[in-house]
Amino acid sequence: MTIFSLRGVRKRFGVTTALDGVDLDITPGEVLAIIGENGAGKSTLLNVMAGALAPDQGTVSLGTADVAYIRQELSLFPHLTVAENILMGREPSRFGVIDRAAAAARTRALLDEFGRPEISPDDIVGQLSPATRQVVEICRALAANARLILMDEPTSSLERADVVRLFASIRKVCARGIAVVYVSHFLEEIREIAAQALVLRDGRSVWSGSLDEIADEVLIRHMIGRPVEAVFGDAQPRTRGEVVLAVQSLANATFELHRGEILGIAGLVGSGRTELLRALFGLDAVGHGEVIIRAERLTAQRLSPIDVIQRGLGYLSEDRRVEGLFPHLSVRENLTMTRLDGRDIGAWIERLRIKAGDIEDSVVTLSGGNQQKVLIARLLHQGAEILLLDQPTRGIDVGTKAEIYDLIRALAAEGKAIVMVSSYLPEVFGVCDHLAVMNRGGLSAVRPIDAWTPDSVLEAAIGGGSVAA
Amino acid sequence: MSVAGSSTLRRLAPFAGLALVILVFAVLTGAPEQYLSIPNLRIVLAQTVIVAIGAVGMTMIIVSGGIDLSVGSTIALTSVATALTIDRSGSPAFAIALAILLGAAVGAVNGLVITTLRVVPFIATLGMLGVARGVAKWAAGEMTVAAPETWINELAVTFPSQAWMVVAPGVWITIVLAVAASLALQRTVFGRHVFAIGSNEVAARACGIAVTRMKVAIYALAGSAFGLAGVMQMSRLRQGDPTVAAGAELDIIAAVVIGGGSLSGGQGSILGAMIGALIMAFLRNGCQQVGWPNYIQEIIIGAIIVIAVALESRARARN
Repeated sequence: MTIFSLRGVRKRFGVTTALDGVDLDITPGEVLAIIGENGAGKSTLLNVMAGALAPDQGTVSLGTADVAYIRQELSLFPHLTVAENILMGREPSRFGVIDRAAAAARTRALLDEFGRPEISPDDIVGQLSPATRQVVEICRALAANARLILMDEPTSSLERADVVRLFASIRKVCARGIAVVYVSHFLEEIREIAAQALVLRDGRSVWSGSLDEIADEVLIRHMIGRPVEAVFGDAQPRTRGEVVLAVQSLANATFELHRGEILGIAGLVGSGRTELLRALFGLDAVGHGEVIIRAERLTAQRLSPIDVIQRGLGYLSEDRRVEGLFPHLSVRENLTMTRLDGRDIGAWIERLRIKAGDIEDSVVTLSGGNQQKVLIARLLHQGAEILLLDQPTRGIDVGTKAEIYDLIRALAAEGKAIVMVSSYLPEVFGVCDHLAVMNRGGLSAVRPIDAWTPDSVLEAAIGGGSVAA
Repeated sequence: MSVAGSSTLRRLAPFAGLALVILVFAVLTGAPEQYLSIPNLRIVLAQTVIVAIGAVGMTMIIVSGGIDLSVGSTIALTSVATALTIDRSGSPAFAIALAILLGAAVGAVNGLVITTLRVVPFIATLGMLGVARGVAKWAAGEMTVAAPETWINELAVTFPSQAWMVVAPGVWITIVLAVAASLALQRTVFGRHVFAIGSNEVAARACGIAVTRMKVAIYALAGSAFGLAGVMQMSRLRQGDPTVAAGAELDIIAAVVIGGGSLSGGQGSILGAMIGALIMAFLRNGCQQVGWPNYIQEIIIGAIIVIAVALESRARARN
C-alpha cells in the first residue's frame, strides 16, 4: 500500500534542471532515506513533496497523506512557547479566542504520548536545545495529523546522544504508521534509521531499494558516478619543511606545524578544537600562551585577526553561513574580501573548479560545496601560507569533498602548512599526515598518522586525559 | 524556573523604570506633593493620550516584525479630516468614524505596498510619511482648519467638565483600547499569528497562516488606532492642523521599544508600551517642572531609549 508516490517528476529553474524524472513510492510506517550530493535535487524534491513547489511535469499522488516538512533550521518560532509552536495555525478556539486550557492539555498529551513529559508546554522554544526543538517540530507534525514527515538533514547540528534520541523519536512516529523521508549525508546514520533508500544524482533517481542489499561503496558510486577509492585519491609525495608555526601553551595546546604538513586535530564536538583555532587566529582572547609564526614571537594578548592575517594565517570557519560568507555580496566580492585586488581571481575559479554562473552573481546562488570553495579561494587569494581549516568538508557532498581533499593535499605539496580539524575519522586517516587529539580542552602530542589507529584516536578523545602532552 | 524568574523580571523592568523616573523627579522638583498631585497627574495623562493610542497600534506592527514611520503624518491627516468633517456635516460621531476609517485606509495602503509590491516596511511607510503629510496640507489648504465647538473638544482636555470622570474621556478611551488590544494580542488566534509572523515569517507561512492578509490587516488595524489618535490631536488643539505631530512616530516607536518591544519582531506588549509612553510623559512633565529647557528633555529621552534597549539586550544575552 502506498500513501504517496511520484511519477516522472521534472522541475526546471531557468536553465538548470533540478529534477529530471523522479519516481518514488512511500508506504505507511517506513523510513525512506534520500541520498545524493549537494545539488542533486534533494531540496527541490522535498519542496515538491511538501507542495511548496509545483512540478513542471509528472504526477504527485498525495493519496490521503498530509505532509509535514521539517526544514533544517527555519520552521520554529523562537520567541513563542512550546505549546504555541506545536499548535501554530490550528489553535483550539471559540470565536477567535484561544481556548488556553484545551491548548495546554493538547500539548501536554502530545509530549507525554511522545515520551518527553519533561518538556514543559510553557518553555520558550528559543531557549531549548537543538534536539528538544526537533521534538517540538515532530510534535507539531503529529498535531497536524501528518501521514508523511519530511526531514532535511535533521542531525547536522546534533551531537551523537541527541541523534540517538531523535532516532528513537522517529521509530515512535513510524510505529504509528506515519512515514518518514530522511535526507542526510551520513551513510552510517542512514543505515541505522532507514531500511529503504533512494539515490538522486543530477535530478534523477538512479537507484532505489533496500539498504541491506547494497554496500557503501556501491551506494557512493551511485551518488557520485565514480568509484569510492577516488574520494581520497592518491597522496602526492610531500616533504616536511621547516617549522612555520609553533604554539606554546595557548588554550592548553602546544604543537609545531611544518611547511608541507597536514596536521589533523581530532576530538569530540565541544572538546575545544574550534576554540583553539579561534584563539590562534585572535578571534577569542585567551589569557596566556604564545605563538611563533615564522620565527616571530607573539604573545596571546597580541593575537588579532588583522595581525595574524598579515603574517600569513588563514582561517576557515566551521560555520560558513554565519562566519564565512557575505550572502548579499557577489562571488568576486566574497573571494576578495581579505585582499581587494581583484585581478586574476579567474585563476582561482578555474583551479578550484568553482561552479558559478557569473562571478558577479550573489554567492548564495552557489551550491554549498562551491560556497566552501569560494571561502578557501579567499584564503589562497589573500596569500595565506598557514591554513587553519575547521571541518572543511562539513555539510558538503561526496564529490566536492573529494575535490577539497585533493586541493588540501596539493596545497601542502606546494609548501603550505595546514591544520585541519575534523570529526570524520576516514577523512582524518585519508588526508592528514600527522594527528593530535583534543580531549576536554587539552591537546595530545602530535604523532605521525601511522602511529594512530581509529581505536587509539577514540580512546584519546574520550579517555581520562592521560594522553595529554 | 530561573528562566521563568528572569522573564518575569524583564517584564517588570519598565514598571521599575517608571517608578524611578517618578521618584527622581519628585525629588528634583523639590515639591513631590505638587509633582504627584491629582491636577498634575491629569496633565501628564492627558498629554500621554495621543502617543499611547499610537503606541497601541505600533505595538501590533512591531510585534509582527514591521515598522510604521507614517504615524505622525497619519495623525495630522486624520486630525484635519476630523475638523473638516465636523465643519461640513456638523456630526462629531460621523467625523470620528471617518477619521478612524481614513487611518485604516492609510494603514491598508501601507500593508499592500509592503506585501504586494515587496517594499520593506521602513521604506514603504517612509514614503507614506511624505504622502499623508502632503495630502493633509492639500486638504487643509495649507492652513489650520477651524472646527465648530462640539463634544469632541472635550475628549482630550486636561480637566474634564464632568467631575466624576476624574480624568479626560480620552484617557478612559485609551485604557479601554489598550486592554482590548492587549487581550487581542495575548488571547486570540489573531494575536498569536501576529507574534508568529514577527518571530519567523517563513515558518508562519508553512503553518498555513495567511501572512499577506494578516499583514494588511495589522497595518490597517494599527492605522485605525492612528486615526483615533488624530481625533484626539484635533480635540487637544480644537482645530485641524496639517503640520502637527511631526516626529510623533519617534515618540511612539520609543514607547513601544522602552516597553520591551523588539524591532526584529516577535516581542513586545501593549502594557509595556503604555508604561513606555508614561515614562516619556512623566519625564517631559518633570523636566518642565524643574525648569529644564526643552533640549535637556530631548537628551534625556534619547539616552533613556538607548539605556532601556541596552538593558534588555543584556538580559537577553544572559539567558
